[in-house]
Amino acid sequence: MRKQLGQNIKKDFPIFKNNPGLVFLDSGASAQKPQAVIRAITDCYEKYYANVHRGIYKLSEKSSAAYESVRAKAAGFINAGSEKRIVFTRNTTESINLVAYTWGRQNIRAGDEILLTEMEHHANMLPWRVLAKEKKASVKYWPINQEGRLDLNELDKLLTKKTKLVAFTQMSNVLGTINPAKEIIKKIRSQGSALVLIDGAQSVPHFSVDVRDLDADFYVFSSHKMCGPTGVGVLYAKDEILEKMNPFLYGGDMIANVTLQEMEWSEVPAKFEAGTPAIAEVIGFGAAIDYLQDIGMDNVFKYEEEMVKAGLRALLSVEGLKLFGPHEPEARGAVFAFEIPGVHPHDAASIFDEQNIAVRAGHHCAQPLHQKLGIPASLRASFYLYNTLEDLNKLISGIKKAQEIFGL
Amino acid sequence: MTYDMYREIIIDHYKDPHNFGIIKDADKSANKKNPLCGDEMQITVKLDKKKKISDIKFTGAGCSVSRAGGSILTDIVKGKRISELKKYTDRQFIQDMGVPITPARKKCALLSLETLRKALNITKPSVK
Repeated sequence: MRKQLGQNIKKDFPIFKNNPGLVFLDSGASAQKPQAVIRAITDCYEKYYANVHRGIYKLSEKSSAAYESVRAKAAGFINAGSEKRIVFTRNTTESINLVAYTWGRQNIRAGDEILLTEMEHHANMLPWRVLAKEKKASVKYWPINQEGRLDLNELDKLLTKKTKLVAFTQMSNVLGTINPAKEIIKKIRSQGSALVLIDGAQSVPHFSVDVRDLDADFYVFSSHKMCGPTGVGVLYAKDEILEKMNPFLYGGDMIANVTLQEMEWSEVPAKFEAGTPAIAEVIGFGAAIDYLQDIGMDNVFKYEEEMVKAGLRALLSVEGLKLFGPHEPEARGAVFAFEIPGVHPHDAASIFDEQNIAVRAGHHCAQPLHQKLGIPASLRASFYLYNTLEDLNKLISGIKKAQEIFGL
Repeated sequence: MTYDMYREIIIDHYKDPHNFGIIKDADKSANKKNPLCGDEMQITVKLDKKKKISDIKFTGAGCSVSRAGGSILTDIVKGKRISELKKYTDRQFIQDMGVPITPARKKCALLSLETLRKALNITKPSVK
């Protein structure tokens, strides 16, 4: 199966047919979509589209069933145990905001502490900071070490009786660091009653995740980074937590009964899904899960492990290049943020673009992390199951070309 | 113009920018940041009695396009009146730069003009 990844799999993705020679290294921002996902969306619109959970007619029954079947698929994909623990949102950002606006506003009080890490994406930082400010609570940051990793021993000093929530990413979107989520949660459990939210936006697309084995209280991720459509995110949470959480948005599709005096909410998870959802996109997300499960997440991980090793070897051998994040392959995924001293990231990205190499240049929504690294911006090449060693080689030539143009 | 010629112009300005530095007794000055890439520019301006720009300098850390923009803009506006600059559009400046700027890099090129407008406290002219 592994042999079928990389070059052979590109044929599943129409974008590569329509853009010959494209070296797409920005899947960390959003992944490309296989034909199966595009077809599932088209099929929905062409064959059985209607609004869900409402109509007493065949089309609506069919689209409702298709929509709800994805909830079960998503639950299975992260081993949630029950589809009731899966709430559909727009994206990871909305999933985190949902928790901050509901659980956060119900549970965080003056003097409480929220622990984040220095490597968080703005999505897993700003909702908590705004919440803390509103509630007169405080936010603490778990620092990263020289290698861009979290030191587990630091955790003992940071956790206090006042810590109500620890929110951290399972894999950094900049450093590529894969955090030992299970060990971290074990340690948190041994020291108090803080809940744990894991940002899985960068991990779920790349390796198999078991939320119950991790013992996460909240787990969030997006469809669009795992070959699915945009506009669909997932929030997983434990039953007892979801049951006590207030709704996030109010309106249609989330009520059990409304009179002019009374309001009664639907059961979990419907009570968190007000308004018409992204029906066709959720169905497309289901096709993305099927696609990845067909390949097998362990195969995706093994394939990308080879990419990590090759990427580290190649990038670390470029003279002058500064690679951020861990240099040991076991500690990271195939996301490489780097700097070419003497060439601004935007200039390098433009030069790459001339050669049809797409990378991200900027702070990748992690400005405080870049401040810690002492740079305003970096380049980021992120690999996925359709990338090849040839893509990596082209990137390396692109880097050398940029250095040559700038006379380095 | 080939891409290489364009690149040469940009890189010449990048390596040897015109009017680079700070005017210590400036009449007007402003800082601006490009939130996309963290590039930062500072422009200092000296005005004469007729509200003409008698001297201008720019400084900051940025990419080649933003630095070339600062270099070219400061050359262009030297000797111009504030009233004239009120009519100076983004599109005109991009044209005056004389090199093709891709849509993705427009923000870099325009950082200098936006910083100058901030310094002179003038708004972007509406495009007719």
